[in-house]
Amino acid sequence: MAIEVRIPTILRSYTGGEKSVEGSGSTLGELFADLEGRYDGLRERLIDDDGLRRFVNVYLNDEDVRFLGGLGAPVSDGDTVTVLPAVAGGAR
Amino acid sequence: MRYDSLLDSLGGTPLVGLPRLSPSPTVRLWAKLEDRNPTGSVKDRIAAYMVAAAEKDGRLLPGATILEPTSGNTGISLAMVAKLRGYQLICVMPENTSAERRELLEAFGATIVFSPAAGGSNEAVRVAKEMAAQHPEWVMLYQYGNEANARAHYETTGPELLADLPEITHFVAGLGTTGTLMGTGRYLREHVPGVQIVAAEPRYGELVYGLRNLSEGFVPELYDENVLTTRFSVSSADALRRTRELLHVEGLLAGISSGCVLHAGLAMAAKAENAGERADIALLIADGGWKYLSTGAYGGTLAEAEARLEGQLWA
Repeated sequence: MAIEVRIPTILRSYTGGEKSVEGSGSTLGELFADLEGRYDGLRERLIDDDGLRRFVNVYLNDEDVRFLGGLGAPVSDGDTVTVLPAVAGGAR
Repeated sequence: MRYDSLLDSLGGTPLVGLPRLSPSPTVRLWAKLEDRNPTGSVKDRIAAYMVAAAEKDGRLLPGATILEPTSGNTGISLAMVAKLRGYQLICVMPENTSAERRELLEAFGATIVFSPAAGGSNEAVRVAKEMAAQHPEWVMLYQYGNEANARAHYETTGPELLADLPEITHFVAGLGTTGTLMGTGRYLREHVPGVQIVAAEPRYGELVYGLRNLSEGFVPELYDENVLTTRFSVSSADALRRTRELLHVEGLLAGISSGCVLHAGLAMAAKAENAGERADIALLIADGGWKYLSTGAYGGTLAEAEARLEGQLWA
């Protein structure tokens, strides 16, 4: 089973410079636990005691996971998870 | 239609159907044309409201200087309102925004302070806050946290939409300061049971996210995620493709954030189609495509346009 997880520049030190890694799990939480096994310290940058960290956004197939069940969001083979820092973005 | 002055003509924008892009007669897309505002964008609503609110509570005195982190539309709107109401305006914006934006701001009489491209609007906000601290006599209306921003939409955009489209099932808008979605979203949720409030968030190239420390992130003070029901991240490739579709299929020359919104709207339309449900999906068209021409987004092939847009703050 392979779920692609896209890693932002700031976290690539945890993945040996890789901008995309693969993992498995049936929920987002399980997926992050799976990644932690191979990329030590990564999960702690994403999750704190209250769940997803405030300035971290995670998207499952381009949808913000906070609206899909958060860490409990179901994930399946072929899904893409994208991690991005929260920014003010562009032109307003 | 007749108005006593330019500012009075604000709002009351048209809602136009998009029959060629709509999947079926029962799943329909609608475009609310916010380029039909005095300076050509949705931001005219919030500029008028924020200035009026600051005048009302005595923060803004005659001849005062307004300071704002803005890479475009809010600055242009504020420049117009400032000119009409007798204020000076200083805009802080990232250096990699389109030429038309800079020219328009200067034409309206605003002063621009550029912040570094890397780090985008986060950096502009930070620089503006620093400048405000050093100049307490300047007034920073601060669109990212000013309740008058969301209130403008709660009191105008939302009611207009409901009046024109009482059968509305989805409202889709770009997520920036979050004011449009918070204000319009709150209003619609109060009046339309089950309405979906859908955010379309631009996803930029790596330059914008850079090496930003994850604990130094930015979430606009106005943002309340409980108002939304869905939030999509839309790549520049998809936003660009959809912006060009709006033009080629519906003849609508819209800014690139509108392509972002259409992409999310089409995703919701597909869900409704698959579920066999009817839908009336209102898309917020924040501005026209005119000030994005220099980005090269509309000409040539899609691949060429994508290459030209790389590294730019396109929405």
